[in-house]
Amino acid sequence: MDKFETLTGIAAPMPLVNIDTDMIIPKQFLKTIKRSGLGANLFDEMRFDRQGNEIPDFVLNQDAYRNAEILVAGDNFGCGSSREHAPWAIKDFGIRCVISTSFADIFYNNCFKNGILPIALPAEAVDVLMRDAEKGANARMTVDLEAQTVTTSDGEVFRFEVDAFKKHCLMEGLDDIGLTMAKADSITAFEAEASQARPWV
Amino acid sequence: MSPKTLYDKIWDAHVAHEADDGTCLLYIDRHLVHEVTSPQAFEGLRMANRPVHAPDKTIAVPDHNVPTTLDRANAATMTEDSRVQVDALDKNAKDFGIHYYPVSDVRQGIVHIVGPEQGWTLPGMTVVCGDSHTATHGAFGALAHGIGTSEVEHVLATQTLIQRKGKNMKVEITGKLRPGVTAKDITLSVIGETGTAGGTGYVIEYCGEAIRDLSMEGRMTVCNMAIEGGARAGLIAPDAKTFEYCMGRPHAPKGAQWEAAVAWWKTLYSDDDAHWDKVVTIKGEDIAPVVTWGTSPEDVLPITANVPSADDFEGGKVGAAQRSLDYMGLTPGTPLSEIEIDTVFIGSCTNGRIEDLRAAAEILKGKKIKEGLRAMIVPGSGLVRAQAEEEGLADIFKEAGFEWRLAGCSMCLAMNPDQLAEGERCASTSNRNFEGRQGYKGRTHLVSPGMAAAAAITGKLTDVRDMM
Repeated sequence: MDKFETLTGIAAPMPLVNIDTDMIIPKQFLKTIKRSGLGANLFDEMRFDRQGNEIPDFVLNQDAYRNAEILVAGDNFGCGSSREHAPWAIKDFGIRCVISTSFADIFYNNCFKNGILPIALPAEAVDVLMRDAEKGANARMTVDLEAQTVTTSDGEVFRFEVDAFKKHCLMEGLDDIGLTMAKADSITAFEAEASQARPWV
Repeated sequence: MSPKTLYDKIWDAHVAHEADDGTCLLYIDRHLVHEVTSPQAFEGLRMANRPVHAPDKTIAVPDHNVPTTLDRANAATMTEDSRVQVDALDKNAKDFGIHYYPVSDVRQGIVHIVGPEQGWTLPGMTVVCGDSHTATHGAFGALAHGIGTSEVEHVLATQTLIQRKGKNMKVEITGKLRPGVTAKDITLSVIGETGTAGGTGYVIEYCGEAIRDLSMEGRMTVCNMAIEGGARAGLIAPDAKTFEYCMGRPHAPKGAQWEAAVAWWKTLYSDDDAHWDKVVTIKGEDIAPVVTWGTSPEDVLPITANVPSADDFEGGKVGAAQRSLDYMGLTPGTPLSEIEIDTVFIGSCTNGRIEDLRAAAEILKGKKIKEGLRAMIVPGSGLVRAQAEEEGLADIFKEAGFEWRLAGCSMCLAMNPDQLAEGERCASTSNRNFEGRQGYKGRTHLVSPGMAAAAAITGKLTDVRDMM
């Protein structure tokens, strides 16, 4: 997995609440057996018309935001299905960090498995960051995972919380499965005990 | 010993390892797999040369992509990319030696209907699947939730998940439901009350007389939509109804093991003084038959209400409500019962079980659907379909003018050919009314099976109580 340490980049504002995973990556793009290439269809039905032409109003179609690496979004981002195609598409587009007041649990978890940092902040902070993002390409935000801060283009700093273990894995780019396999003895011991206690399982 | 909730008890019985910081390895008893979220996970195993750790606890069934038309044995009914995913699952199931119900098997169906039906899902278990509606299995008092594909690979490789314990919410539905009010109305009304993010970070336990009175099918409907309220998992404590449902199922324990299992299952309830992080109480008698008007499952109103205006909301919801109204093509103030529909879909892991079909048949018996309307019933599994045929329900549906389909997810998420056309409006027993969910620019109103059947007859959203 790609490491995440610090990121300075353009932030795209998406003030809509409840942006769901069907919006992020519509189901017709789930018929892939690969993880790559989904960025072209990120937010497909908001971004393109039926003929495949860009919808000019959509934020990522505006020149200032085509190269956005951060997304500032309304409440409850990523609600809906468990499809990991959502973070795959976000990452493949080039976005490495999403900021909102809240995230759906499964989406939040999926981000960390893919080198994406989701940051939850209080509404007042997200409002400030949204206004900063609305300034366009010349206003770059900085995200520092080690320090757990987001800094606006004006230098205003917001500190965010993140689970220590998730932070460690993201900063080091660690593979979860490898980490768990190092605890194989615990799993074997649990299985031996559980097969006695609940043999029907 | 300090009092525990049901969630505490199941959690404690499955912690295989706990780190100093509270990060746990939670052991997984049942891993359900379908064709859409698993190919990349199996590919990951192959690349790392890893086997499936516990193939006997891993159960796969194709459901999302499969056509539901009667001619689906003909491979040409599936698009190339869908076929690739189903073929990949066929191959992965064989290569890794996991339990499998192929499309041709009468037991095939929606993974969340097949699991309980075959006795894979049992009380006190941990159950995961690369699908958010895994919450369904919580109806058995199993801790069940959706996971992403990376976690699917993690469970395949280690039979565990890296987890931290969530918060615990109690949702109590007191007293009795009024006539015409169903499990679907309960679960939608709870989301209407708490919002789609109200359950974020929580595991919900549903309790109270109205929940106890529900059948297992109804309880599955309630837990199924816990995720629409933001909670990864919903739980209902197992009781005599649960045990009766499980007894004799192909993969349920037998004999002495059954007795031992029931003895443990009977300890699975929340202790009286257990701690809750949040409590929501709703009176059963206050719940009405409901419909959704917008593009979020929290956009819930009684069928007797009118389409709201964006001004009725606050904060970020004002813009979202306006966007929903525009998308849905609705004018504020219009009575919901005057909204005309083009399509009716009865099915899905929310409402594709035998009880749901019985409820629809009850309304449709001897009636015809409105002329020009498209209506389909997609049973949740091949066995539900067979039972509905045996009970004579299929004849009622066909005589009424419904298409009687084979099992699959179908128009709930429209990954197969069952889709809404642009602008088409649907009364649907599924779980999500998101933009584009049932087809590009399709418009979804979520309802119970009885309400869907009533809408099919009148051609508009209809109060099922007027037809009873």
